[in-house]
Amino acid sequence: MSDLTRMTATEIAGLVAGGETSAVEVTRAHLDRIAAVDDRVHAFLHVDSEGALAAAREVDDRRAAGEELGPLAGVPVAVKDVLTTKGVPTTVGSRILEGWRPPYDSTIVQRLRAAGTVMLGKTNMDEFAMGSSTEYSAYGPSHNPWDLARIPGGSGGGSAAALAAYEAPLAIGSDTGGSIRQPGAVTGTVGAKPTYGGTSRYGLVAFSSSLDTPGPCARTVLDAALLHQVIGGHDPRDSTSIPQPVPDVVAAARLGATGDLTGVRLGIVSELVGEGAEPGVMAAFRESVDALAKLGAEIVEVSCPNFRYALPAYYLIAPSECSSNLARFDGVRFGLRVGDDGNRSLEEVMSLTREAGFGPEVKRRIMLGTYALSSGYYEAYYGQAQKVRTLITRDFTAAFDRVDALISPTTPFVAFPIGSRTSDPYQMYLADLYTIPTNLYGGPGISVPCGLSEGLPVGLQIMAPTMADDRMYRVAAALESAVGTFTPPAL
Amino acid sequence: MAAISREEVAHLARLSRLAVTEEELDTFAGQLDVILQAVAQVGEVAAADIPPTSHSVPLTNVLREDVVVPGLTPQEALSGAPDVAEQRFRVPRILDEDVAS
Repeated sequence: MSDLTRMTATEIAGLVAGGETSAVEVTRAHLDRIAAVDDRVHAFLHVDSEGALAAAREVDDRRAAGEELGPLAGVPVAVKDVLTTKGVPTTVGSRILEGWRPPYDSTIVQRLRAAGTVMLGKTNMDEFAMGSSTEYSAYGPSHNPWDLARIPGGSGGGSAAALAAYEAPLAIGSDTGGSIRQPGAVTGTVGAKPTYGGTSRYGLVAFSSSLDTPGPCARTVLDAALLHQVIGGHDPRDSTSIPQPVPDVVAAARLGATGDLTGVRLGIVSELVGEGAEPGVMAAFRESVDALAKLGAEIVEVSCPNFRYALPAYYLIAPSECSSNLARFDGVRFGLRVGDDGNRSLEEVMSLTREAGFGPEVKRRIMLGTYALSSGYYEAYYGQAQKVRTLITRDFTAAFDRVDALISPTTPFVAFPIGSRTSDPYQMYLADLYTIPTNLYGGPGISVPCGLSEGLPVGLQIMAPTMADDRMYRVAAALESAVGTFTPPAL
Repeated sequence: MAAISREEVAHLARLSRLAVTEEELDTFAGQLDVILQAVAQVGEVAAADIPPTSHSVPLTNVLREDVVVPGLTPQEALSGAPDVAEQRFRVPRILDEDVAS
């Protein structure tokens, strides 16, 4: 048997279903790989070997009993530590939840289990998903398998690094401003942000509730689509869940893989090309646009004038929602409590607990949000940002009257060296310059590897209308068929 | 001119229930000033007549069917609490000594 860790999820599922390997064998291979490389990559915060092997044995037993298995049965998956897992530590990359074992599974994790996938463990992330590099994790950064001295993106850098290091064939991320797509871009992997409301937020530790969207990460577009199909769809336990079936993203990925984009109109967003992007990123993007044109796509340029205000609007809306959501970390119901000496008041203990439990970026955003929501500033900041959000949504809907999907580079720059942007928080925010508009609008977006710049991966972003997730998968799979996949140097 | 003063940041920290140190206040004041100057760009947009968007999904009053479904047991709900007494979350005192007496 050739190396199971190098295979796609589709290939692994086929071998398990055909009895050519077992889920236990596949799981052992990945646990061995984690043991061999994760001290250097640090993709995982917690590896659940016992739970993974038990889940794998169950899949093998079901197969032996003649049960029909789902399309991803027996395939290992790494889950970002933002999703609750019953009995398995869930920290959100924060000291404030260190050691917490949730009493329930998030909907995404329930669906992963029901599909027979095998959860390997929980992946590293920027604390509370606030960051673009995993450097804001309270447990130390993850490292990019392409160059261990560089960041793997963030906040879901652990999930992306696990894929690129062949520690897992599938992973789950969450995308509030680009936290699935930007790590995908800088690690040469595929990351998809579904339509907001297309995947359940039940059990996703909240950062910015009107933006948070869990989604699939993989090494190929088809694998991402298969995972999307498994985790997506209406959930009555999430009041913002869209009561419609998941668009047929798997069929769309298979159609795209035929390499024919005849009749598809793609719009390059003028505001998301050029300014601020590295020349190597733009060169790879332009070459990919030529490749898409050769596949039959019609390429036009589209202006979305309000996109230039997306980053400022986002850094008012997201911190505002965060300051409200993170009020639940009060040292009473779960996690850390500091300074309870029997004399101090609840408020003093709360302030000491939050001071000790939150890292600097989380504190900055809580204070920024508190400022934007305070009386006297509310209208000028939060209120105005919500109006800008309306204008950005109008830019999207006007653009989708003219084209089927929009394209841009995923992020302005390739993976940067660890430590190079942490002293200036605003420089870090720029990593999400091109991904944020989609979050404010609520539509789907995907990053697909499109080339290399100085030996480091570059991603191309495809954005589609709300609940037209299938469209972006078609274009992504077509591009993948033209440019291929990218393999990092051996670790 | 600075968008935010060190005193204002100290006030925000109190509102946010963060017992920040003097050293942190120095750092945060400078950083929040840079961030606020950048996000203030939203003010350039003429949007007086534009309705705000709080949410991209136009759903209102989503209620589930009124049927009994299993929930967490008290033991499960209390399992992550830092301090528990008599099947309840135990909290530090919530009133000042003189007020309580």
